[in-house]
Amino acid sequence: MSEAPQPLAARQALPRWTALIPVGLLTIILVFFAKGLTLDPHALPTMMVDRPMPAFELQPISDEIPNLSPDKLRGRVTLVNVFGSWCVSCVAEHPILMDISRAGIVEVHGVDWRDTPRDGSAWLARYGNPYSSAGLDADSRLAIDLGVTGAPETFLVDANGRIRYKQIGPITPEIWDDTLLPMIRLLEQEAT
Amino acid sequence: MTGEIGLFCLILALITSVVQSTIPMWGAYVRNVRLMSVASSAAVAQFVLLALAFACLILAFVRSDFSLQVVAANSYTLKPLFYKVSSAWGQHEGSMLLWVLILALFGAAVAVFGNNLPATFKARTLAVQGMIGVAFIAFIIFTSNPFVRLLDAPLEGNGFNPLLQDPGLALHPPMLYLGYVGFSIAYSFSVAALIEGRVDAAWARWVRPWVLASWCFLTIGITTGSLWAYYELGWGGWWFWDPVENASFMPWLIGTALLHSALVVERRHALVNWTLLLSILTFTLSLIGTFLVRSGVLTSVHAFAVDPSRGIFILFMIVAASGGALALYALRARVVQNGPPFAGVSREGSILANNLLLLCATAVVFLGTFYPLLIDALTHDKISVGPPYFDIAFGPIMLAVAGLMAIGPFVRWRSDSAKVAASPLRYPAAVAALIGILVAALGHSIPAGLGFGFAAFLLMGLAIWFMKRTRIGSVPLAQSLAMARAFPRATWGFLGAHLGFVIAMIGITGMSAWESENVAFLRVNESVALGQYEFRLAGTDITNGPNYEAERLTFDVIHAGKPDGSITTERRYYPERDSYTTEAGIRPGLFFNLYVAYSDAGRPGGYTVRVNYHPFAMWIWLGGFVIAGGGMVSLTDRRFRVAGLHKVRVPAPAAAGGTA
Repeated sequence: MSEAPQPLAARQALPRWTALIPVGLLTIILVFFAKGLTLDPHALPTMMVDRPMPAFELQPISDEIPNLSPDKLRGRVTLVNVFGSWCVSCVAEHPILMDISRAGIVEVHGVDWRDTPRDGSAWLARYGNPYSSAGLDADSRLAIDLGVTGAPETFLVDANGRIRYKQIGPITPEIWDDTLLPMIRLLEQEAT
Repeated sequence: MTGEIGLFCLILALITSVVQSTIPMWGAYVRNVRLMSVASSAAVAQFVLLALAFACLILAFVRSDFSLQVVAANSYTLKPLFYKVSSAWGQHEGSMLLWVLILALFGAAVAVFGNNLPATFKARTLAVQGMIGVAFIAFIIFTSNPFVRLLDAPLEGNGFNPLLQDPGLALHPPMLYLGYVGFSIAYSFSVAALIEGRVDAAWARWVRPWVLASWCFLTIGITTGSLWAYYELGWGGWWFWDPVENASFMPWLIGTALLHSALVVERRHALVNWTLLLSILTFTLSLIGTFLVRSGVLTSVHAFAVDPSRGIFILFMIVAASGGALALYALRARVVQNGPPFAGVSREGSILANNLLLLCATAVVFLGTFYPLLIDALTHDKISVGPPYFDIAFGPIMLAVAGLMAIGPFVRWRSDSAKVAASPLRYPAAVAALIGILVAALGHSIPAGLGFGFAAFLLMGLAIWFMKRTRIGSVPLAQSLAMARAFPRATWGFLGAHLGFVIAMIGITGMSAWESENVAFLRVNESVALGQYEFRLAGTDITNGPNYEAERLTFDVIHAGKPDGSITTERRYYPERDSYTTEAGIRPGLFFNLYVAYSDAGRPGGYTVRVNYHPFAMWIWLGGFVIAGGGMVSLTDRRFRVAGLHKVRVPAPAAAGGTA
């Protein structure tokens, strides 16, 4: 380290406006954050929307409940609800499904996920059966094809058997009134 | 009653912080000592009040007082005591209370230990700290009050996210907050300095220990978080580039830059404006991190209760705190005197270059984290940014950082010749290149070759620096040892922290390049192979924990045909929340971990088992802890302990090792 240090060039001061860069950048970032607050990152996290319902074959839950098969999802708008007797939120969601089914607005079909025929049918006997048909998906085959991440999830299927919307988590009255019902009306118009 | 006392303390703390943020500021303006001295008493009072409020919350959890909404929603009687205490900060409201408590702790610490600060400067610093307090305490009281009562208290609580029932996670948030809330002090110091229009070497000496302490805590917080994710989530990974992880990592990156630029201010009084800017940016990223976690603008595995109204509140805080400070910076940065000039090739220059690299790294993480939000806002497309982006963009920057870390300590302050400075590293560079090529060829991975090559270069750089400094070889060994003993603690801290970086680099490289896994559906007595290992499912049994049932799988490990012990892995079922956690079966080792986790795929009679081979995994966390340890050793340096008691002699440039 004996070599003489290089002579120092006088440092040029940065132009005055450069001091404004940080606050400018922050402003842009904050505008996006503010915009971000109005968006819902969870809104469409599924790849299945606008795809046809995958082919499936389910086991029957019991003799009383008609099994769900792909042909039941053709020709009319339907809801496919993924539930399970082990699922706590499904109990919370259940009354609104009963209401929808009783009002006859749309057919609701059930996929009893990761369950046994005994537990599934006992659960439906206890809380009531809102499903026009329901089948058992014990080994998650359909659930995996549908990209189900948890129960309950509900798929809105149009008359051509295409998934048009996916609701993650329980259907609440707000979601029903503001999202699902208007979409169902729209899809029904589309079908006729 | 405890709930009401807690809320009462919280409201008093808000009033105190309003006093703290206004009267001393006015006092500093009119140079009234009595008004200025209000700052210290208010800062201490604010801390005591918040500590009382926090104690009330802990007490409510310990006594399972389900008339408090947060307790009812997040606890239950059967939970072990330790986790009752830790659940006080295991949910949004309580963790925000911890956040302000730590903010106040740092304020009180400045009030108590900052007797050496000039009166106006201390008053202004504490006033700025008080303003942050006002904003956050108001945030808690108006949007996230932990002391909300339920009119009809339930008899039993709602349980607790069982993932959080883990010692690692009980300690992770306090450490993390001590880290990134601690950066508020650097922020307050900087804003006060901008108001005063004066920054000198003494300023850097005051601010550096706070930055260093916060940075150590943040390092520990991030490392424990990563370790927890590794053994508790059961995904076999240690870092997922999840938005919430990034939220803590960005302040760390900028904080690291700040740590080094403050060193330049302290030693050479250069880079003053830059350091002020970094202080503000570091805390800004802490605030942005808080925003990101609490507002739900991005999807994350970290499920905090999110609420857009909280997001708006925090957004306004960022506007006021960061926007205000950066505007002040734009107006006042020129007033602050800058130090003597330095050449491009100099210690200052190398630290500035490393700062810029760290800033680039932060920008990469920031862009990757917020890109989904950006795209959603512009086009309404939902996208996600995955690890490949981060690996490709972040990795090379870190390699450059490592290279500069090796060279930097050899460069003299003010001005040096690149040739002379780099000359001790000619052979190490050749050896490192050779190691890199060998690793790349034998390990079939060019990134691994790069990682190991640069790690070796840095390691040799540190060793040669040490040898040069102690003149090993040219003087008797005893004399060398005496010289090493005479090193200031800060020098040991620097060596330790940089060594920790080497260790972490080896771990990260090894894990990224050579991790392997195999998945199989196993019944009892069936086995799955992985490299030279075979894992045979020997048996299953059910055990009971205090508030869970566990199904435990025992695997016999067979290595190259010979039995090699066994590994157990567990899944715990928590009936209160109807949820499962994984306790991955890990056999840790110096050179590799064996990792076994399973899930029930719904197929009866067997288990879906995943086995992983994790080379150098432990080095990642070991490296993290060594880095933090280096920082702590540095904190005990004499300069910090005696700073201010008398004028500290600035060491001659050649004797300065650097601290990080």
